[in-house]
Amino acid sequence: MSAASTAEAPAFVAKTKTGRITDFVDQRVGGSGILREFGRKVFPDHWSFMFGEVALYSFVILLLSGTFLTFFFDPSMAETHYDGSYLPLKNVEMSVAYSSSLNISFDVRGGLFMRQVHHWAALLFVASIGVHMLRVFFTGAFRKPREMNWVVGGVLLILAMAAGFTGYSLPDDLLSGNGLRIIDGVIKAIPVVGTYISFFLFGGEFPGTAIIGRLYMLHILLVPALILLMIVLHLFMVVVHKHTQYPGPGRNDGNVVGYPLGPVYAAKAGGFFFIVFGVLALMAGFFTINPIWNYGPYDPSPVSAGTQPDWYIGFVDGALRLMPGVIGDFHFEYIIFGHVLTLNVLLPALVPAGIIFTVLFMYPWIERWITKDDREHHVLDRPRNAPTRTAIGVAGFTWYCVMWAAAGSDLIATHFHVSLNDVTYWLRTLFFIGPVIAFTVTKRVALALQRKDREIALHGRETGRIVRLPHGEFIEVHAPLDEYKHYKLVGFESPVPLPAVPNDHGIVTRKEKRRAWLSRWFFEDRVAPATPAELEAAHGHHAQPAVEAREESKSLSH
Amino acid sequence: MGNHSDGSPNHSGTVATAGQNEVEKFQDPGIPPHRLRLADTDPKAAKRAERQVALLFGASVVGTLIFLVAYFAIDLGDDSSIATIRLQNALLGVGTAFAMLGIGTGIVHWAKALMPDHEVSEERHAVRIEEDRVAAVRIVDDIVEETGIKRRPLIRNTLLGAVALAPLPALAVFGDLGPRPDNTLSHTMWAPQEGKLKRLTRDPDGTPIKASDVTLGSAFHVIPEGLNELHEGKLNEKAKAVVLLMRLDPSSLNPSKGREDWSYNGIVAYSKICTHVGCPVALYEQQTHHLLCPCHQSTFDLTNECKVIFGPASRPLPQLPIAVDDEGYLVATSDFKEPVGPSYWERDEHERSINS
Ligand code: HEM
Ligand code: FES
Repeated sequence: MSAASTAEAPAFVAKTKTGRITDFVDQRVGGSGILREFGRKVFPDHWSFMFGEVALYSFVILLLSGTFLTFFFDPSMAETHYDGSYLPLKNVEMSVAYSSSLNISFDVRGGLFMRQVHHWAALLFVASIGVHMLRVFFTGAFRKPREMNWVVGGVLLILAMAAGFTGYSLPDDLLSGNGLRIIDGVIKAIPVVGTYISFFLFGGEFPGTAIIGRLYMLHILLVPALILLMIVLHLFMVVVHKHTQYPGPGRNDGNVVGYPLGPVYAAKAGGFFFIVFGVLALMAGFFTINPIWNYGPYDPSPVSAGTQPDWYIGFVDGALRLMPGVIGDFHFEYIIFGHVLTLNVLLPALVPAGIIFTVLFMYPWIERWITKDDREHHVLDRPRNAPTRTAIGVAGFTWYCVMWAAAGSDLIATHFHVSLNDVTYWLRTLFFIGPVIAFTVTKRVALALQRKDREIALHGRETGRIVRLPHGEFIEVHAPLDEYKHYKLVGFESPVPLPAVPNDHGIVTRKEKRRAWLSRWFFEDRVAPATPAELEAAHGHHAQPAVEAREESKSLSH
Repeated sequence: MGNHSDGSPNHSGTVATAGQNEVEKFQDPGIPPHRLRLADTDPKAAKRAERQVALLFGASVVGTLIFLVAYFAIDLGDDSSIATIRLQNALLGVGTAFAMLGIGTGIVHWAKALMPDHEVSEERHAVRIEEDRVAAVRIVDDIVEETGIKRRPLIRNTLLGAVALAPLPALAVFGDLGPRPDNTLSHTMWAPQEGKLKRLTRDPDGTPIKASDVTLGSAFHVIPEGLNELHEGKLNEKAKAVVLLMRLDPSSLNPSKGREDWSYNGIVAYSKICTHVGCPVALYEQQTHHLLCPCHQSTFDLTNECKVIFGPASRPLPQLPIAVDDEGYLVATSDFKEPVGPSYWERDEHERSINS
């Protein structure tokens, strides 16, 4: 019966051929509904929202260029004698993997270009994820309901580094082999199972003949598939939550202000893909990256001074460098119950990265616990309006940078003509006090900026115009802001410390006390946004009608 | 003037947490009025923007052509030089860059100059509606009820047990990824073979070294005799066996008890594999008699049996005991007396078994 009734409904008949094809598909997959839902969805726009897009686009470019490379790359560690057109290595004994990477560079047309696009895109991929995360952190975009998406982002960062490292190891040149050697050394330091893991990973002793093939599988299948899965999850949640927006007139936690997806936003975002691709192509065309032919095949013996890992591995390498193996007579490697505990390797390899990622993953919950804030936040914080969070972020970033700089300690020493040992001592000091200094300075700066905002909101912006008053005093004319700019300076929340609250049994638990202490630490230094009453008072106070270009807007005058 | 807050920290006179004191906040003036662009009002400007966009798309076409010409016209024959490859690489880059940037900037310019740029506001909806939650809970309750899992703990418990154990084979199948670690890590090629002591030979050509070749202050990169002739596992052996050979003034060496005869006339041999995480320690500073590892700058003091004096390594480099054979060539009198390279959990055990 019901079938008959649908058949009776006047059927839509498309007029053009494309129309008929579209209609055919639409009737089978329901595209109209999707388009209706998303075609005009509103996206806020801001330059800082582009970093995530850069990451996405570099991933697409990695997939494209990487797929090209797989057609020519051979992940075998069998021994061969080079027979390609790069003369300096003619007849040199090397692995098939290295030889095929050389062939990609010198004997496949466009191969070098693809290798360079791939490597530059990899560097950009990790970098843009990092910057994107910094943006999310400093604007508080990780708050409810986006905590889980923050975690997915963190997983993506780790996967991106894993993709980069496994790829970096594939060509089997001197540097990539040395990188694996270091990884092997770190793995062997793991108590109890380290030697097993090393033997399992390398299929026996280092370097063996299995590792490149295994890394290859991880690099082109497992890791990219996981990244893809995470990206899908990530974007799905972005759609569910809708994008955050910067604070400003007309924007609040209940709405989203921006451009409709079609056409403007889609055009800008889509066009941006080609821009990222174009910029990467320029870099690949003109700036050599990873010239493996200069390094030679992997060999456990040659010197490799002044060489650097890819930038994103730097902070771990730097941490390894900073750790002293011996202090006075104390050795960080010691024997317990007949077994070796290599703290001089274990501590720097695991602890800093462990702290960074643990805090990174937990941060949304830490702040949530301290503030007891269960509201949804869709309007971002300007970093200055969350001084303690901003200071924590800069402190963490500084810590990371100190370790990262340590990975280039020898370059710093030779470049600035100072002793390598001194550079190391300085960096060791900075490792501990750098974050503290960064925290203090950042917090002061944020508060100062807030105070300046407040000043401007109350007294207007400085015009640079100096006027002499009848009685001889010189003053600078301040012009009031228009109401929209004004609102940007005053329309934010300024939380106050939340004192400890007794629980249901009337007891203030130790945990609650700790929370209250943290809340005070977080919020005791604050600059409250200017209020209408204050503005009123400020104007009364400075009753200099001749100077202050009074032009109060309606909404401010009540 | 009365409640003029100076905005200094700690001043909470004007608390503005959400929900409270709404009256004290400024009112949101709403989205700023839309401003028209030149191209919105001036048809000439719009026409100009249109031409610019078309020009950018045109530039993309030129880029694609540059790429194709560079690809087909530059031939990488057998004797292609680095310069040709670089030229081709640069042109492919320029071509692709034009092709992509032309499209990209064209579209973005089109969007910015010609498409409507009205900001619009859309309402947000709750991620979860209470009504849905209630319905979902009811459905789950019904499902659980229909399975009867709560009433039949036997089923539940056996299922939990089965599911907990089922992944074990998935772990076990990885058992053949590699051999179990045995004592291979504690042996190197330097061990005498059938009573014959191994000669120290030059890396990489494998020519033996006479004690008289090693002049004061010189250093040699050394591999064991026979390494180059290996067909299998050559790199594995090399990764353990590489050695640095140096000659110092014998009086500057301070051998400890039992090691007095490990050197020959001030010639000493030390493992080149860093005890930190295994890079080749390959920098020899003649004046200071220091060995420096380029990876993380561990520094070892040759005059003190390669004790660590700086950097992250915690253990001295292992010394290879050497002597001279009847033809005057340097030989290793035995294997290393401890495992070389980075530390590992069983290392101490291995060291004890070597020395017992
Ligand atoms: C997911 C993110 C990825 C990252 C971060 C990444 C990174 C890298 C890096 C740094 C290299 C070394 C390049 C060089 O030779 O200088 C590399 C090599 C390689 N990658 Fe990727 N890659 C990714 C995805 C892929 C995918 C999806 C594929 C294939 C479908 C792929 C295929 C290859 C191949 C075949 C090589 C070796 C080629 C050579 O070194 O000449 N990669 N990758
Ligand atoms: S490997 Fe030699 S210092 Fe790290």
